[in-house]
Amino acid sequence: MATLRELSHREDRLEGGHRLCAGCGASIAVRQILLGAGTDPAIAGCATGCLEVSTTIYPYSSWKVPFIHNAFENSAATISGVEAAFKGLKRAGKIPADKKVKFVAFGGDGGTYDIGLQSLSGAMERGHDMVYVCYDNGAYMNTGIQRSSATPKGAWATTSEVGKAQQGKQQRRKDLTSIIAAHGVPYVAQGSISHWKDLTSKAEKAFAVDGPAFLNVLATCPRGWRSAYNKSVEHAKLGVQTAYWPLFEVEEGEWKLSSPSKALIKAGRKPIEEFLKPQGRFRHLLQPGNEELLSEVQADIDAYWEYLLKRCGEL
Amino acid sequence: MPEQKTVATTGNSVVAEAFRQCAPDVVPAYPITPQTTIVEEFAKFVAQGRVHAEYVPVESEHSAMSACVGASAAGARVMTATSSQGLALMWEELHIASGMRLPIVMANANRALSAPINIHCDHSDVMGARDTGWVMLFAETAQEAYDNTIMSIPIAEDPEVLLPVMTCLDGFITTHSIDRVQLMDDESVSAFVGEYKPVNALLDLDNPVSHGSFAGLGGPYFEFKRSQREAIDRSKAVVERVGAAFSELSGRPFGLIETDMMDDAEVAVVVIGSTAGNVRHVAKQLRAEGVKAGLVKVRCFRPFPYAELAAALAGVKAVAVLDRAESFGAEGGPLYLETRSALYDAEHRPAVVNYVYGLGGSDVKLELIRSVFTDLSDIATGTPALHGPVYLGAR
Repeated sequence: MATLRELSHREDRLEGGHRLCAGCGASIAVRQILLGAGTDPAIAGCATGCLEVSTTIYPYSSWKVPFIHNAFENSAATISGVEAAFKGLKRAGKIPADKKVKFVAFGGDGGTYDIGLQSLSGAMERGHDMVYVCYDNGAYMNTGIQRSSATPKGAWATTSEVGKAQQGKQQRRKDLTSIIAAHGVPYVAQGSISHWKDLTSKAEKAFAVDGPAFLNVLATCPRGWRSAYNKSVEHAKLGVQTAYWPLFEVEEGEWKLSSPSKALIKAGRKPIEEFLKPQGRFRHLLQPGNEELLSEVQADIDAYWEYLLKRCGEL
Repeated sequence: MPEQKTVATTGNSVVAEAFRQCAPDVVPAYPITPQTTIVEEFAKFVAQGRVHAEYVPVESEHSAMSACVGASAAGARVMTATSSQGLALMWEELHIASGMRLPIVMANANRALSAPINIHCDHSDVMGARDTGWVMLFAETAQEAYDNTIMSIPIAEDPEVLLPVMTCLDGFITTHSIDRVQLMDDESVSAFVGEYKPVNALLDLDNPVSHGSFAGLGGPYFEFKRSQREAIDRSKAVVERVGAAFSELSGRPFGLIETDMMDDAEVAVVVIGSTAGNVRHVAKQLRAEGVKAGLVKVRCFRPFPYAELAAALAGVKAVAVLDRAESFGAEGGPLYLETRSALYDAEHRPAVVNYVYGLGGSDVKLELIRSVFTDLSDIATGTPALHGPVYLGAR
């Protein structure tokens, strides 16, 4: 794994000056992951979303690597096509056989869990040598904070409102990381922008494997989370410490809890309220009358934690 | 002229053969009736090691065109094939392929759209895609499907064009019927289509580019669209030039339109695709009976040959336009609307009537075509022209 010193000497492949909000977790995720990609040339794709519209406002581009945006639901299929071109052109003798290029596709949770799930599943199953990165901020933030299947239960969103008849999102989140792990791809992991060392080394592993890899990254959205923009990393850290967002990896089918999460087995998890409290989207959950819903949220976290410990052989 | 091999085979088979000869670098494909055997035959070439292409067996037509876009932007020569619902599912991506100016070539086996579900031939699928910015060529026969596929590559990749090209053949009628086809040798096709020299390729790693940037919020979206319009306008001369070069090589004529018995025609039928054969046959019979019948077949629908069509129809008294697709709520089918538009500036506008025919593979019997010519002869001699599309042969 690259040391901090090594990483600090690597070129940032997403240039500053883009128009993402202050405190946006997406750009932090992209920079950490591209640092982890090493020094081989890389080609990046991105689904329609905040990251895409804010980094490629014509005629500007923040991407210091060749970049392609196609549409919302097909970042995986698009990069699979780029990777296929690389293979086809190698076979045609137009690219040297020993040339190495990394291929990476980014998408938010809307573009990955929901509308892009089929495209992602197809690309993973076909075995392209690519890394797919989901930056999960838990809603369709670009279109105005609508709920997605990654939105946590109980969260307010503009299509899962809070009112007399309903207290935010009614359903649990989809466990996408397990779904992709079930594809049997060589490398799957969950990371967070709050744990750069963990995330960059996971990115390094993801890019190193021969075949598809998937990274699901918790990325704060101060606009949608209704949280302080200067506390984004701290808020993501609370996601890890409460086990709302456990860090783990699945390497060749081997499930393994990552050390920041593994430490919680002994040290104990923080109660979910600590993750919810600084976020305005959960304000109603902490108010009198919603105790039952809050305990349901905690029970879901507990159940998933137990599931994960079992899968990782910790229980 | 190189020696050509005459074979008896299906339209799909010769389209697959043309794909192989054009040597694409990437073929992302999804099976759909009646296109399926194109991608099956190509998959066989892959298994036999006869092509260098990376074959991407995608999970949907949306992903097929998405992967085409990625591969083409990366700098590869890219081909695929689809039909019907598949083309409909690609619709979003069709616009992106042309908007990003990617010279992808796609064969379409023309087929009806649901609902109700129906797997047979009509032009509903392609006509639904007529405003997506693709150059669109239509074949009457398996031979034309083969020829058009080969011509599509240099048209799409011409630096003055850089637009995707759809090469259309009638589902089952052309895709699955065994026909007599002359095939070129590999070397001649290879030399004719030339080597692809991509611009702004993602894999040109020393010159990084961003594809698919955001051009809204007062950005140059409008101007990009104008340049796309200019490109498809320019493509007309390129289609003609490539067609002329291929005619010279193959000995088979190519024009944006094909006219038959039109020199002194008084009544004429305008048609696209395989039904041109039926019309030609009936027109010949009628000629023997003294009727001055003629045929205009449109081979290039986008860009549409307005001037050529108007010139071909000059002097005709009554024209029937046969549409194998609907444009519900419009005055008639898509080809009718274009034909009327082409004739607007004509010195003597003939009567133009519209027949919608053959939807969902409904039989196009010769007596139906004969009835169209009979209607035209009546109109030419004073009977008032029919209004609105006539559903030819509907029960």
